[in-house]
Amino acid sequence: MKELRLMKGNEAIAEAAIRAGADGYFGYPITPQSEILEYLMAEKPYETTGMVVLQAESEVAAINMVYGGASCGKKCWTSSSSPGISLKQEGISYMAGSELPGIIVNVVRGGPGLGTIQPSQADYFQATKGGGHGDYRLLVLAPASVQEMADFIPLGFDLAFKYRNPVMILTDGVIGQMMEKVELPEFTPRWTEEEIVKMSGDWATTGKTPDRERNIISSLILDSAKQEKHVKKLELKYKAMEADEVRYETFQCEDAEYLLVAFGSTARICQKSVDIARAKGIKVGLLRPITLYPFPTIPIHELASQVKGMLVVEMNLGQMVEDVRLAVNGKVQVEHFGRCGGMIPNPDEIVKNLVSKIIGG
Amino acid sequence: MAVITREDIIKPENLVYKRTSLLVDCALSYCPGCGHGTAHRMLMEVIEEMGIQSKTIGVAPVGCSVLAYEFLDIDVQQAAHGRAPALATAIKRLMPEKYVFTYQGDGDLAAIGTAETIHACNRGENFVIIFINNGIYGMTGGQMAPTTLPHMRASTCPYGRDTETMGNPLKITELVATLPGTCYVTRQAVHTPGNVRKTKKALRKAFEYSYAKKGVSLVEIVSNCNSGWKMTPVQSNKWMEENMFPYYPLGDIKVPAAE
Ligand SMILES: Cc1ncc(C[n+]2csc(CCOP(=O)(O)OP(=O)(O)O)c2C)c(N)n1
Ligand code: SF4
Ligand SMILES: [Mg+2]
Repeated sequence: MKELRLMKGNEAIAEAAIRAGADGYFGYPITPQSEILEYLMAEKPYETTGMVVLQAESEVAAINMVYGGASCGKKCWTSSSSPGISLKQEGISYMAGSELPGIIVNVVRGGPGLGTIQPSQADYFQATKGGGHGDYRLLVLAPASVQEMADFIPLGFDLAFKYRNPVMILTDGVIGQMMEKVELPEFTPRWTEEEIVKMSGDWATTGKTPDRERNIISSLILDSAKQEKHVKKLELKYKAMEADEVRYETFQCEDAEYLLVAFGSTARICQKSVDIARAKGIKVGLLRPITLYPFPTIPIHELASQVKGMLVVEMNLGQMVEDVRLAVNGKVQVEHFGRCGGMIPNPDEIVKNLVSKIIGG
Repeated sequence: MAVITREDIIKPENLVYKRTSLLVDCALSYCPGCGHGTAHRMLMEVIEEMGIQSKTIGVAPVGCSVLAYEFLDIDVQQAAHGRAPALATAIKRLMPEKYVFTYQGDGDLAAIGTAETIHACNRGENFVIIFINNGIYGMTGGQMAPTTLPHMRASTCPYGRDTETMGNPLKITELVATLPGTCYVTRQAVHTPGNVRKTKKALRKAFEYSYAKKGVSLVEIVSNCNSGWKMTPVQSNKWMEENMFPYYPLGDIKVPAAE
């Protein structure tokens, strides 16, 4: 039976994790995402599904707890906001190197530094280009509604285990804090120890039984030739993600002469801008990348043959715009309009910028 | 007089001591004379004698023992520098029926991983910490550790540790013993047969207490780093007895209330 509830984005993501059969959540408070840990502690899933919920001593410890749990083949996740995500980068890099599944939620706030607790999209580079040290990628999902906050938890675990790679849900304070109607995912039971051994017994540290060799989780490969081989193996996974996992949504693109490109909460605002522009007779469409990595390069490239110009709207100084420009490869003009520091663009100023930077320009 | 041959001696009934089968049959990466290898052996003998190979998950640190997983025939996770107690916390919470341990050096446990160490101890996580204190950063070539003795030379304190500017050696073992979350805290050594036997007993108790949900057991092993200290193995053991033991006295620091 479908269950509808009015919830904050942060609460929806926490509830979805309980329902997705998550085994462990490890977190440290930081605005604007503390509701996730608060919700879980109030719900006490450890008494129902058996999910472990632990307030760690730091984000560093929390991500390493995810590492420890993921190494046992368990569904583990953590959440934080920008300054805390910076602290997690070491652990995220180790997870990528050791090929561990898991979800990291970043409810982004404005920065750099301690910045502001207001929403931002300034962590796009950090999320999509690596973030920590070494050659790796995260699969990055960008929800634009409370519904997607809930949906991307089961999806995120599926993808994380499919590729044995960490998945990041990159959202912001707008979606974390806003309340919307959400259809909650059905309950999936947590995997039993037997199921884990069956699925992940060839790599997970579940205890060495006589029927198999010992399992070792490590990202250390001192031999350069072997390290290169390992990184090339990781590359194959990223190529597979690029081929199979690109997700995006288009809005009024069929007859569009101009294109807005935006993700997350900014894409919601841009929908309104499309309506305003069309009321003025300007044929505008919107493309919303849902996966920020892998990036919807091909659909954007194709739209570059149709439209006269693109405006990339972000809550930052211009980050995703670089990926759009790579996709467009000089075919049409691509400009950026951004607000930052916790300021949210309004639909009218987006239209004004489209006119001044692309149409009038 | 009858001549005793090799075949006369090497017979199953004459075998009094053998390498545990849980130590992988390969050359250890440790310098000859280093205490790490002996500590590994005691650890695996205990796991073998307790019959818990399939129920044990270890966490290796960053330090000379980073490759511990190559030598221990059990499932092992290799942690980022200092983070082993965070990994172990999650493993034990998610699989409470397992025996979980971390194996860490002094830089790993008492410098970069101080927060993870203290908070895992404070939460009373039910795993074992094996702490190899050699007063130096062995792996990276002999730099000063938080446990380096006053006036002791290391590559980053070539004139000796100046406690005025570099602080005093951190007795983290005594520190965690004050926390209610630890149940068994002891300091041992592995440089003589007598000490090896004591260490083995301590390790067994540690596994038993923590498995019985009494909290963290921490077994510190004061060990030599003959390479880092720039001594022969024999000199290093003598130096350890004369200099390390007075500062880090051997023996139990905390035992469970029932005892
Ligand atoms: C984040 C990070 N910082 C520094 C290092 C370099 N490093 C490797 S081992 C080590 C010190 C190890 O010393 P200790 O824990 O005492 O172990 P030992 O080698 O003496 O057994 C350092 C600083 C690292 N690998 N990672
Ligand atoms: S450097 Fe020191 S601690 Fe490392 S193996 Fe050699 S003697 Fe042992
Ligand atoms: Mg050391």
